[in-house]
Amino acid sequence: MSSPNSRLPALAALALGLVAAATTLVFFFAPLDADQGLSQKIFYFHVPIALTAYACFGWGAWKALVHLWKREPAADLESYVAIHQGVIFGALTLLTGSIWARASWGVWWTWSSNQLVLFLVLFLFYCAYFMLRFSVDAGPQRANFSAVYALFGVALIPVSFLAIRLASDFIHPTVFTSAGPQMSGKMFFTFCVCLAAMLSLAATLSAVELSGKRLDVRLRELREALA
Amino acid sequence: MSYTRDVGALARKDFLLELRARDTLPAMLLFVIATLVVFHFALPSGSSDLASNGLLWVAILFTALLGLGRAFVPEREQGVLDGLVLAPCDRSAIWLAKSLAVLAFLAAVEVVALPAFAIFFSGIDGTTVAAVALADLGICAVGTFLAAMAAAGRARELLLPLLFLPLAIPIVVGGVGASVVADGGRYLGFLALYDAVFAIICWASFEYVVTE
Amino acid sequence: MIRARQVEKRFGDKRVLRGLDFELPLGGFLLVTGANGSGKTTLLRLCAGLGIPTAGELEVDAPREQVGFLGHEPLVYRELTALENLDLYGRLYRIPERRERIGMLLERFGLWDARADRVASYSRGMTQRLALCRALLHEPTLFVLDEPFTALDDEAALLLDRELAERRDRATFVVATHDPARVEPFASARLALAA
Repeated sequence: MSSPNSRLPALAALALGLVAAATTLVFFFAPLDADQGLSQKIFYFHVPIALTAYACFGWGAWKALVHLWKREPAADLESYVAIHQGVIFGALTLLTGSIWARASWGVWWTWSSNQLVLFLVLFLFYCAYFMLRFSVDAGPQRANFSAVYALFGVALIPVSFLAIRLASDFIHPTVFTSAGPQMSGKMFFTFCVCLAAMLSLAATLSAVELSGKRLDVRLRELREALA
Repeated sequence: MSYTRDVGALARKDFLLELRARDTLPAMLLFVIATLVVFHFALPSGSSDLASNGLLWVAILFTALLGLGRAFVPEREQGVLDGLVLAPCDRSAIWLAKSLAVLAFLAAVEVVALPAFAIFFSGIDGTTVAAVALADLGICAVGTFLAAMAAAGRARELLLPLLFLPLAIPIVVGGVGASVVADGGRYLGFLALYDAVFAIICWASFEYVVTE
Repeated sequence: MIRARQVEKRFGDKRVLRGLDFELPLGGFLLVTGANGSGKTTLLRLCAGLGIPTAGELEVDAPREQVGFLGHEPLVYRELTALENLDLYGRLYRIPERRERIGMLLERFGLWDARADRVASYSRGMTQRLALCRALLHEPTLFVLDEPFTALDDEAALLLDRELAERRDRATFVVATHDPARVEPFASARLALAA
């Protein structure tokens, strides 16, 4: 396995490049929306960030499965880092979603956006993941608990989504329509670049965090070996 | 089938423990009635029946949490869980037996709470009762599972509600929907789906919660 | 019966067992010694099946229903009576003629009179004796005993000596103890763990 550290600069460069490209495209290439104007541009960040968060949670759950199934020693740490990134991007989703709601409809929050509500539920769920980790001492038990909880999370995503859709029956939605624009070619291209940018940013941040944590572990191992 | 016998032996033990201690069930009963009274004062006059219906589900959820907070405490505190794990039975039987015991207590409490609700607030129809039954299954399955994890950590009383509430949101949606919406069948179906999905996950992964 | 190859066990950053190799044949008696914190309890828990090694391999050729474990905790419910506790284990281990066997064990260890009392009311010595009953209930062929003589009064310790002697030929043993002299005559192999 190639050393993760060797890939880090390349990954960081890729992320930086993509983010720069994405920003340029969003502000200079993508067409201006007739109704919402400039505020619609937040869409190009909000949705890719949301999708990236889902990807992080999914990756975290995959690594959790690997931990339980194959007992790979690195899997627990990788799962934790993925979920950590997922929570960060999840918080950003809520933030950008809130800004978009404010810019579009004048409210900081709306329950009619299923996406936002789902994220709120997931945000709570994955924050509890960290509470769980903090309350158990490091070791095989904590790794097992975290892994199982991560798998619960992945099941919760579709179930919650269904629940929220059902809930809109009796929780009267306000009259706003949540935008799902029909994307023209230019918009779609911009969107894809933004998505790639966010994914590579998440990957870079994960790699940075992972290498930092691995360094910690090595340091402690060395300290213990010397003691 | 020996799995059933194991579950029976373990559930029997849980009932015996409760019978001996005699504290969880009375506490849950008192708590749910007190909560309903608090709701009366919490609902401004003119609130619809629908609002109070929603509060029924809050009451059930938090009463269940009260009971779940005691689950697995003797096993973790006294270390008896090791003894159960050493036994030749399937580890998931430990979870299933405990869930059944919690379910029995919750159902016993609801036998009092639902009529009380009907008296204090508004009537309860058949769909609501069915929804409560289905929701109980999900609450007990997931709650017992999480209680096993929470009991192993520090600050377990704080941790269990945090772990449980996000997972309980779909249950609340299903339950309130079934009570409130005219044709509640969809919500009953959703509750059944929730129960099935999470019961399977709990059953399959309990092994990892009790071994290292 | 038990084969350990480069067994390692860590809890977070702490490595409790490292590079452990040993083999215990059927009918052997492994005496495990070491200072506090050297990993005796961890090793015994692994042998009993309460955990798996972080690295290396540990093969134990005994299924769970044939393992009898005695640890630091008695593994009985304090709120239940001795009878109820043993009945639970009896059912879980699917012991034939459960009641007779439980009665016989309680009597042998001098707990018959206290059989319907809650374990919470027992003295430490009595609780340890009950734990012994629990461990012996299903006639295991592999005994994993973690400092079994602690908390036993002289009379009960003699009972345990007798049980060990009686079963020496029919079972395999892994015993950790602070007082090796007592168990030395039985031992066929020794393992000293360093902290």
